Amino acid sequence: MAGSTEGSEKTQPKSSAKTTAKQGDKTAAKSTVTQPQLGFIGMCRWAWTQLTTMRVALILLLILALAAIPGSLLPQRIQDPGRVNTFLENNGAWGQFLDTIQMFDVYSSVWFSAIYLLLMISLIGCIIPRTKQHWKAMRSSPPKAPRRLSRMPGYAAFTSAQADAETREDADEAFLDAAEARLKKSGYRINRQSDHIAAERGYLRETGNLVFHIALLMATLTMAIGSLFGYEGQRILVEGETFSNSLVSYDSFEPGSYYDADNLPDFRLKLDSFTSTFDDQAAGNQFGQPRTFDAKVTTTADGTTESHVLKVNEPVRVGGVGVYLTGNGYAPEVTVRDAKGDIVQSGPQVFIPDGGDPGYTSEGVIKVPDSAGTQMGFVGVFLPTAAQNENGELISSFAELRNPYLVMSGYTGDLGLDSGIPQSVYSLDAENMTEMTDESGNPLVIQLAEGETQKLPNGGSVTFDGVKKYIAVDISQDPTQALMLISAILVLAGLGLSLFIPRRRVWVRIKNGDAEVAALARGEDPLVERAVDDLVKDLRDPEPDEDEHGDDDER
Amino acid sequence: MDVNTDLAMWSNQLIISAMIVYAVAMIFYAFDLFGARELKTSEAEVATSAKTSTVRRTNRKTATTAVLNRPGDDDSATVKSSRKNKHRGARIGTSLLVLAMLLHVGGVLTRALSVARVPWGNMMEYVLTATAITVIVFLVVLTKKDVRYLGTFVSGGVLLCLGLAITVFYTPAAKLIPALDSYWIAIHVPIAILSTSLLYISAILAVFQILKSVHETKDPKWLRFLHRLPSSTDLERISYRIAAVGFITWTFTLIAGAIWAEVAWSRYWGWDSKEIWTFVVWVIYAAYLHARATRGWGPTKVAVLNLIGIASVIFNFTVVNMYFNGLHSYSGLD
Repeated sequence: MAGSTEGSEKTQPKSSAKTTAKQGDKTAAKSTVTQPQLGFIGMCRWAWTQLTTMRVALILLLILALAAIPGSLLPQRIQDPGRVNTFLENNGAWGQFLDTIQMFDVYSSVWFSAIYLLLMISLIGCIIPRTKQHWKAMRSSPPKAPRRLSRMPGYAAFTSAQADAETREDADEAFLDAAEARLKKSGYRINRQSDHIAAERGYLRETGNLVFHIALLMATLTMAIGSLFGYEGQRILVEGETFSNSLVSYDSFEPGSYYDADNLPDFRLKLDSFTSTFDDQAAGNQFGQPRTFDAKVTTTADGTTESHVLKVNEPVRVGGVGVYLTGNGYAPEVTVRDAKGDIVQSGPQVFIPDGGDPGYTSEGVIKVPDSAGTQMGFVGVFLPTAAQNENGELISSFAELRNPYLVMSGYTGDLGLDSGIPQSVYSLDAENMTEMTDESGNPLVIQLAEGETQKLPNGGSVTFDGVKKYIAVDISQDPTQALMLISAILVLAGLGLSLFIPRRRVWVRIKNGDAEVAALARGEDPLVERAVDDLVKDLRDPEPDEDEHGDDDER
Repeated sequence: MDVNTDLAMWSNQLIISAMIVYAVAMIFYAFDLFGARELKTSEAEVATSAKTSTVRRTNRKTATTAVLNRPGDDDSATVKSSRKNKHRGARIGTSLLVLAMLLHVGGVLTRALSVARVPWGNMMEYVLTATAITVIVFLVVLTKKDVRYLGTFVSGGVLLCLGLAITVFYTPAAKLIPALDSYWIAIHVPIAILSTSLLYISAILAVFQILKSVHETKDPKWLRFLHRLPSSTDLERISYRIAAVGFITWTFTLIAGAIWAEVAWSRYWGWDSKEIWTFVVWVIYAAYLHARATRGWGPTKVAVLNLIGIASVIFNFTVVNMYFNGLHSYSGLD
């Protein structure tokens, strides 16, 4: 445990970890005397003692820090399974080895879990005795003054000038009264003895320390529970589309182990329109950066319909579920006709923007399974603002729709949709297909500006009707978020108390007018000497400060 | 979009002016720290500390600091004259540092005004603000404690960072991207900046602490310039206190970041590379605080942990921002 005990463990034999360690050593020693082997229980006890020492906790912390690092160097399944697969494909045996030791699932791996579980056990083993000890300390009075106060880190001696008292004894008594009042005012707990006062303050320091560590445990547990009882799903919504919250409506859905997916809260969410603007003023690499992503949505839940603006940092919360804007792009509306002129495919097709390109060059496919005879497929690139670069290549120079342009290749044959192998709607398996060619036998290039139509060699045609926008949303529920927030607040509050509240003992002793003031910091306390100085100043000549303090116990 | 390019240009000018003044400040600080190397002073220190050891306090710390401030000791003339000139370099350094800080803050403010938002929307702006805060934190600490010996490394570090900011990290003034457009940017980021500043200053103190403890035990010639510095115990204590505050602010950064992450990405914690490193930094400093209370961990070893801590902070800011895949790709660089 950190915080208030820094130093105290080193200097004060009362500190718990040390005490436990000592007790443990003793028992271990005893058991070796009675029986030559430690035995199972002895071993356990030894392990427990070791685990709860600060030294082991510290080593575990350092290992935890180290163990967390690989997750940032290697792709992780929880973030991007696709990148993990690519890595595995590119790295052969090395990749396999890394996968065997769970390097792509670091944070749910056996070894990572083992480290933090050990750390948590160690923490519990530390919290329990310290809570007991603190409970006792809070209920007992501050320990009497040691004989030689001058050994304390803060110490001052002076002669008390209580001249108006009748006798020496009265004067000493009055002095202690004043000291008691002064210390009480500063929040000290008082133990009055015949010739001295023992006082202690700052119990909140240890309280804060314990709260901090307990809250950390709470946070860890909450995190574990949250992943069991919540869910997260994704969905892409084109303008005008409505999402109704049921399993089939999700593009992907990951429930926690105990999440009851049959009881999804009932609501609907319609994307009315999506506005995105990009910077066409800024210089350098800031040109073309996104500036606004505003999705106008309409939600219906429990019979009430509401309009919201869904933004990146402004999720829409409906029916206990959060809907978060995580992505967006363009869905060109393409109509495909067969040789007879019948429409075989129409409507918006979601194209996925290349993440690295500020111009939103997007890739997509159009699958036409219903055409008479052979099936058709198109693979292409959508350019929101088509332009030519220095090399004469077509690129998108801006992310807004200023010169939308569609460039595609066409295929005929078998799309493989009936093969039973699940395939992505965003990629085309052209293995059993042949590429369309123009009159001269070269691969056909379909290039369409908005509103244009191009004939296909098989007699059909492709028309680029227009562009709709789409958004990608995360839809998730985590019933433990409130608990997590509470844990976090407690962590912070506990930490603040444990590092900033000074815990110190103060003794004030007087004998025949010879006064002594001493203070001992328990844990880090930069102001322990100042505390002695202030106390001496107040006790030496109480008059000037009287009004300030409002003391009325002077006679 | 309404970006005031004139103000942005002014900002750049002010930052460059500030850099020039920082450079001069650093030179004066360095002269003060490394320059005055009279061995007599350290002899005098021994003599006076023997004298002052009988002060009523049993505290070693007060005794050593008392040596530095005690006026009217009848030591040799050289010591006297050196004391007269003592810290003149540092005094000039501090004055220049204040001037540079004003220019610097002016630069940050004009940048903020030019884009009408908080001045930490990309790596360059983060560095501009973080360095300004570092100098301000240093000046605040100066009002409480004479830590001018840190001046060389505060002004030097700031100068280096500003140099990187206007070259490697340079980003033209512009509005925020939607991912950053949230009031949480006004909460999460400034506290992260403050933490970085505090932890940086704590780390310089840790370096001095390690050097000073070598100076105290082996006293090699090349460390003679440390004779005027507080004891390694004292340095350790200040370093620890600042790091403790830094740890709290870092904890806040982490928590505020988690809350923001929930708002933006639907989960408060997702092991994004930035989240991982923020966690790693947090754990290292937690270990540092524990190490201090652990038997078998001497002050030098603990100070090394502090340095590992700042190394991970810097790694988190530079390498993670620029080279790692993740959701925190706000560097403004391509």
